[in-house]
Amino acid sequence: MIIRSPIVVSLSEFFQHLMNGLTLGGIYALIALGYTMVYGILKFINFAHGDIMMVGAYIGLFTFTFLRGNAPLGAWTFIAFLLAMIVSMVATGILGMIVEKVAYRPLRRASRLAPLLSAIGVSFILSNSAAWLWGTQSRKLDYPFNNAPYNIKGVVITPHQIMILVMSLTVMICLKLFVDNSRSGKAMRATSLDQDTARLMGINVDKVIGMTFAIGSALAACGGMLIALDYKCYPSMGMMLGLKAFVAAVVGGIGNIGGAMLGGILLGVLETFGVAVFGIPEAMKDTISFVILIIVLLVKPEGLLGKATREKV
Amino acid sequence: MLNFFLLIIIYSGIYSLMAMGQNLITGYGGMLSLCQAGFYAIGAYTTAILTTQLGWSFWATLPAAALLAAVFGILIGLPTLRLKGDYLAIATLGFGEIVRNVLNNWDKLTGGPMGIQRIPMPKIFGFTINPYHKIAFLIMVIIMVAVAYFLFERLGRSRMGRALEAIQEDEIAARSAGINVTKYSVWAFAIGASVAGIAGSLQAAFSLSVSPGSYTFMVSIMVLCMVVLGGMGNFKASIIGAFIIQFISYFPQLTGLSSVIPPQFKQVMFGLILVIMMIWRPQGLLGRDVSKIGSVRKDSVQEAD
Repeated sequence: MIIRSPIVVSLSEFFQHLMNGLTLGGIYALIALGYTMVYGILKFINFAHGDIMMVGAYIGLFTFTFLRGNAPLGAWTFIAFLLAMIVSMVATGILGMIVEKVAYRPLRRASRLAPLLSAIGVSFILSNSAAWLWGTQSRKLDYPFNNAPYNIKGVVITPHQIMILVMSLTVMICLKLFVDNSRSGKAMRATSLDQDTARLMGINVDKVIGMTFAIGSALAACGGMLIALDYKCYPSMGMMLGLKAFVAAVVGGIGNIGGAMLGGILLGVLETFGVAVFGIPEAMKDTISFVILIIVLLVKPEGLLGKATREKV
Repeated sequence: MLNFFLLIIIYSGIYSLMAMGQNLITGYGGMLSLCQAGFYAIGAYTTAILTTQLGWSFWATLPAAALLAAVFGILIGLPTLRLKGDYLAIATLGFGEIVRNVLNNWDKLTGGPMGIQRIPMPKIFGFTINPYHKIAFLIMVIIMVAVAYFLFERLGRSRMGRALEAIQEDEIAARSAGINVTKYSVWAFAIGASVAGIAGSLQAAFSLSVSPGSYTFMVSIMVLCMVVLGGMGNFKASIIGAFIIQFISYFPQLTGLSSVIPPQFKQVMFGLILVIMMIWRPQGLLGRDVSKIGSVRKDSVQEAD
């Protein structure tokens, strides 16, 4: 529990930590999108989102193992990985929609506490059913490509990290374009502004909310698989990762897609630097995000990119 | 078998203390706190450390445990109560995890993952309350639950209970009616935490050892289930909820089916209870304790935000 004094880091070390932080943050951001989208529309925190991500990681892992068979690393394994990712995203998206329909939709007009409690229940059901079905041991997803690191002027970058950065950036840009420009995206924004008015304008609010859950869950599955490559997956992974992603969403400004991205990357970088540069013990790593959460909520509760709102009486 | 029943009843008693505290925070105040396990742990470790290292008697550690838990309750309450309901849930969840993290890593004081063993048994008037002979301990727990219930009932009807209900109904309206929202919320937090601290202290004295593994997030969820199952805003219901949940969680051992029923059974049950209760019976089995003061409450009417 002794916090060491900051260590002097060289420039290459600095970039190394920055790179590690960026990739970790990219994953947080991917998961944070699900929180932010749901919050933007329903004004409630989907507590079960982290566990939906966990299910996604497992589905991806099983599909990839099945598709790959005994094939050696090569083009096929990479294609199999992408296929597994698509399968996992579709399956998890459907799971998200089912959860919404069964556990949240009946409570849409109930008091604020009800959907939150229901979500905690769903989270418990998912993580413990996973432990029941698949055991509590952690499993690692094999790299579908040669993960030999590149060394660029002393900064070590693995293909896995590049994939995370490319994938999370692409996904986020696509999502941003989708929400800003497409017809469904417009319906989503209208629903998030005012559900009743949106309904009067002929928007199928139930469908839009279902779609939001599906997209958020699919992105979580994508993030979950990227995590399973490096950090293994286990039934209770959803809680901590989900919490961190949630913190990321809040830091950036919950309900804001760009904010989720910024918050995720910020959190990843701060966490990496906290351990590597400021010498916060590894065991206390998870505490960093909570401290950040509380500070942000006290100083700027609407988040970095969020707009301050006043509650109407 | 009788011994096992007694054990379940003792634990039901300990948990009903925690559940009543949670009920004050969640049922009356409408704040979702997810760190009863953290306060429970603080209470248990206070007793464990003070009795083993400083030689205090159990009875002296009881108020210390309550006080320390209350202090932490205020510490977590003050900054986070400015947050809306959902944020509070996450922040308290984080707090509970931090407590467990610290207990796990502060080897010198808490014994790390191994915890602390050989906690002395509580003595009263020269009589040792031996947890292995459960009857005496059971009587002690029953007395404490009864006292706590009596006090909580009074609290629920007092100015504070009514203020908390008003805050839960509509915070802004309560504020404009002159209710000091922060004061009452923090008090609710402190009291709810201190009861959990006492429960922890009892648990330490009962199991004669403490380790971080007994204070997981699952414990907080279990307590929450008790409150939701019984009925929010009703202390009697919390005690009943505690008994039901305890019997559910010991069901596999009780029926001798623990080899057939997987260990995750009870957690899945808790999740199901939360979801099902919210959808079909949000008021809980017994429903809210209708206030005898003031006009008729409209509990069945669910407002649309």
